[in-house]
Amino acid sequence: MQELEQLIADVQLKIADTTSLSDLDQVRVEYLGKKGLLTAQLKQLGKLPAEDRREAGQSINKAKQQVNAEIELRKQVLDAEALNIRLEQERVDVTLPGRRLAAGGLHPVTRAIKRIELIFVQLGFDVAEGPEIEDDFHNFTALNIPEHHPARAMHDTFYFDDGSLLRTHTSPVQVRVMEEKEAPLRIIAPGRVYRCDSDITHTPMFHQVEGLMVDEDVSFADLKGILEAFFKAFFEVDDLPTRFRNSFFPFTEPSAETDIQCVQCQGKGCKVCSHTGWLEVMGCGMVHPNVLEMANIDSEKYTGFAFGFGVERLAMLRYGIDDLRIFFDNDLKFLRQFN
Amino acid sequence: MKVSEQWLRELVNPKLDIEDIAEKLTFAGVELDGIEPVASDFSKVVVGQITEIEQHPDADRLKVCQVSLGDESIQIVTNVASVAVGQKVPVATVGARLPEPDGTIFKIKKSKLRGVLSQGMFCGAETLGIDDETDGLLAIPDNAELGVDLRDAIDLSDKVLDLDITPNRADCLSIIGVAREVGVLTDTDVAQLDVPKVSAVCSDTFPVDIEAPDACKRYAGRIINKVDTKTATPDWMKTKLQRAGIRSLGVVVDITNYVLLELGQPMHAFDLDKLQTGITVRMANSGERLELLDGNTVDLKSDSLVIADANGAVALAGIMGGLATSVTDDTQSIFLESAYFEPVAIAGKARSYGLHTDSSHRFERGVSPDLQVRAIQRASQLIVDICGGESAEIVDVINDDQLLVRSPIHLREKRVERVLGITIPSSKIEMILQRLGCEITATNEGWSVIPPVFRFDMSIEVDLIEELARINGYDQIPAKLRDMKPLVVQSSEADVKLDVFHKVLTSLGYQEVVSYSFVDEKIEQLLSPELEATKLANPISAELSVMRTTLWSGLLKTVSYNLKRQQSRVRVFETGLTFIKTAEGLLQRKKISGAITGTKNDAQWSQQARQVDFFDIKGDVEALLAEVVGRQFEFEIEAHTALHPGQSAKIVYDNETVGWVGALHPNLEKELNLGQVIYLFELDIEALSQRQIPAYEKVSAYPAVQRDLALLVEENISYADIGRVIKKSEIVQLVDYYLFDMYAGEGIPEGKKSLALSLIFQDVSRTLEEKEITTSTNTLVTLLEQQAGAVLR
Repeated sequence: MQELEQLIADVQLKIADTTSLSDLDQVRVEYLGKKGLLTAQLKQLGKLPAEDRREAGQSINKAKQQVNAEIELRKQVLDAEALNIRLEQERVDVTLPGRRLAAGGLHPVTRAIKRIELIFVQLGFDVAEGPEIEDDFHNFTALNIPEHHPARAMHDTFYFDDGSLLRTHTSPVQVRVMEEKEAPLRIIAPGRVYRCDSDITHTPMFHQVEGLMVDEDVSFADLKGILEAFFKAFFEVDDLPTRFRNSFFPFTEPSAETDIQCVQCQGKGCKVCSHTGWLEVMGCGMVHPNVLEMANIDSEKYTGFAFGFGVERLAMLRYGIDDLRIFFDNDLKFLRQFN
Repeated sequence: MKVSEQWLRELVNPKLDIEDIAEKLTFAGVELDGIEPVASDFSKVVVGQITEIEQHPDADRLKVCQVSLGDESIQIVTNVASVAVGQKVPVATVGARLPEPDGTIFKIKKSKLRGVLSQGMFCGAETLGIDDETDGLLAIPDNAELGVDLRDAIDLSDKVLDLDITPNRADCLSIIGVAREVGVLTDTDVAQLDVPKVSAVCSDTFPVDIEAPDACKRYAGRIINKVDTKTATPDWMKTKLQRAGIRSLGVVVDITNYVLLELGQPMHAFDLDKLQTGITVRMANSGERLELLDGNTVDLKSDSLVIADANGAVALAGIMGGLATSVTDDTQSIFLESAYFEPVAIAGKARSYGLHTDSSHRFERGVSPDLQVRAIQRASQLIVDICGGESAEIVDVINDDQLLVRSPIHLREKRVERVLGITIPSSKIEMILQRLGCEITATNEGWSVIPPVFRFDMSIEVDLIEELARINGYDQIPAKLRDMKPLVVQSSEADVKLDVFHKVLTSLGYQEVVSYSFVDEKIEQLLSPELEATKLANPISAELSVMRTTLWSGLLKTVSYNLKRQQSRVRVFETGLTFIKTAEGLLQRKKISGAITGTKNDAQWSQQARQVDFFDIKGDVEALLAEVVGRQFEFEIEAHTALHPGQSAKIVYDNETVGWVGALHPNLEKELNLGQVIYLFELDIEALSQRQIPAYEKVSAYPAVQRDLALLVEENISYADIGRVIKKSEIVQLVDYYLFDMYAGEGIPEGKKSLALSLIFQDVSRTLEEKEITTSTNTLVTLLEQQAGAVLR
């Protein structure tokens, strides 16, 4: 029995000495394996007198259980240590940048157009498109601008040899929509337009959004309502004063220029609004009966309004851009600011 | 149109500041561009008189002047060469402040110029901020008192309104017209201009024959003999002309210009002695030429209306007179012309000769047909008063008895409300129309309205409604957000919106650009030599002269721009129209195109930097095409002029070319000075516009089995060739396959490559048996051997 006690004391020391799971397993095999020292003790039971066997057997089994328990305990300690080491080894500098493909973004003009479209779609308008190389009829004549009308000279038109032209405004799209569809109509038409003019404040190409609403009972008051709602939504200003001044466009009568209070200085006067407190942002009016009639819409039954504005102008005001030409330089350092 | 405040107030003088008047005009449609004082805000500038001039002892170009300021005398050293003893001059005295155009202030101090004392400075118009083109010192009237402030000596308190008159408001192209408008807007009476009739004192007549009655409906003329054309234009007239931006050109021309400004009637004065026989108003004859007042000789076009005498054209009607018959200092007798030309007869004509004159500007827009005789009366009065002369009878040929008759317009009260969305009381409607000069008669539904003859823009009911709106005030119309019935928007789930492609490309790191639709013809030629470019007739520059046939021109320009600005990694895309001439006509097709160059990723600590290659851009294109679910796009090996012949693929859908992808041809890369490889794609958006609406298929519950094959093929066998064999094999249970390795080089025979394929087998209704899979795989291998020369490794 003394021998057994010695074995337990030995194995306890060995267990405590182990530093790894494999060491521990070796110890287990050494004592508890088929040829292990404690297992050997069991095998020697037969050599004992019969009356001693029972007691000795119990002692040996108890010793085995004790050793097993101590190995298990040690295993847990070693497991925990091993995990700690692994965790330490796997430590990374989480402040290092992640691995990704940096996203690009949309051009500020596209960004503005999408926003404008969203607002008008919510107001119940559909989006239409048209060709950029237009014929004289759709760009001018159908809009009540006959040949030699002085308003043509105001347009600085790019022409082609066959008499076709680059549309000078998005208004021809309203003509095409009226030709193709039946009233009631509610559309906006964003797109590129062209004028033969290039200086600090003009680029030969820019973007406009045309709007058209034709229905049985559309009035100037409706025009004011829609435009005011649009400007408030676009600039996210709940109380954005607007004002309408009489003006002239051959395709609308009555016609108006629309000003909004300067969104930079809230009307106090600044460089952006030339110290007037107001910004001219849009031309609009009630669709001229001649325009409706030319598109075969009964101008007695239907009335309508139309409006048109420059996208770059609104984008400049919205994002604080002070140079029109920068839109078409396509400098990545500029474009990325809108991502 | 420049309008002097003082001149305006002579005719209409509401008790309002000029700024308030201008604002009323602006809101009523006569937009103000600016208000400019006629002189800057200078101080201590007085009238002086030069009493003595001596040469500066040490400077050839300086003169020492003694100047009397009345009570005192000062000495001024000047470099003005034209000074003369006795001349009255504006003198900026010591302490004077002269504002400069840039906002700074120039102060006059006592100083020594080359050792000689100078106690002030003589002033020219420019120094005082006066808009006057004459050089030298500002002219001072002889009767000006010495020592008085310059502002008291010559009236400089005036302001000039710069008004932007829209083409419909020709009636506002005169002082009288603007006064009339101000009168209506401020409810102020307008002074009636008193034009005394100059009666005929001689019996000379000059016959007028109108051969083009549709174009010239009225022609009035008058001979005035014994006119002293050498008389100086009076200062008051010069000042008014100058403030309207018109230069003084001699007394007779000044007077006709004055009448033009005052009444709005363009006039012309001929030297009667240079005219032969009589006036004929006719269309130009072919081959006819005319030397104009500006010295240019023009070949007259047969659609141009001319004023002619027996010898030929003497004036381009309504545009400009001829030089040969113009009034000169030697002219004794003049023939005054005051005509009414139809706007359509004049419109566009001046422009067709590269001209634009004050006269053509007005005739194109409409000159009132009731003005002609009145203008002649006014001009003759001024001529006789200023230059002397003997007037003959006025000839007034009217060949349209309806010329002064305006048709009544029916205005319905209900329509006013319907168009404007407000009710204007009928009494107010009547008041506004009457103030505007309309004659009105009440009818059942509203009024019958006869507009004034000078309002060319009032011809239909809605024109009157506009007048009511603007005079009543646009601010009186409420903003009404109406309840709108929803319109059924035609949109299908199968539509693939541009937004989808925007999202794919931006998440792949592409930046959208917007470039001009017109491009450099040279670059266009390099990219698409086989296409005929659509050329602008009037381009801004050679760099922007032809319409793009591909978006690549703009993208390459953008890439180049950014590469030159320290951006070595560029990923850009654009959407927009391309313009391609075809036998059927011009095609305006919407494309989406991209260009990439540089490294695949931004520099990153954990990744090896790698330059993009063909398969990066092809992957991006595949990502786009993947959005068009249900359409089978094929990449075919095909050369493209702009692309590297070995790295160029045509993208085909349903036997139609819908796009291209590849590396820019090295020659073009060199030509465009890019310095690094650029990969490009372009897709036709219409081909990508419709996808399949998702349709459910049963998901197999049985395991998929994978078999790998390593095949040895000839180098020129493409992956697409292998794909075609697999597709044609029609092995139902082969649900997918992919290439997981490709290798050539060591261990592989020269001219061959090894392709490693994974085949995926699956059945929807049962687990496949080993035997079946082996049979299928063997079948496929045999087909690959037969059709693609593949050998199993």
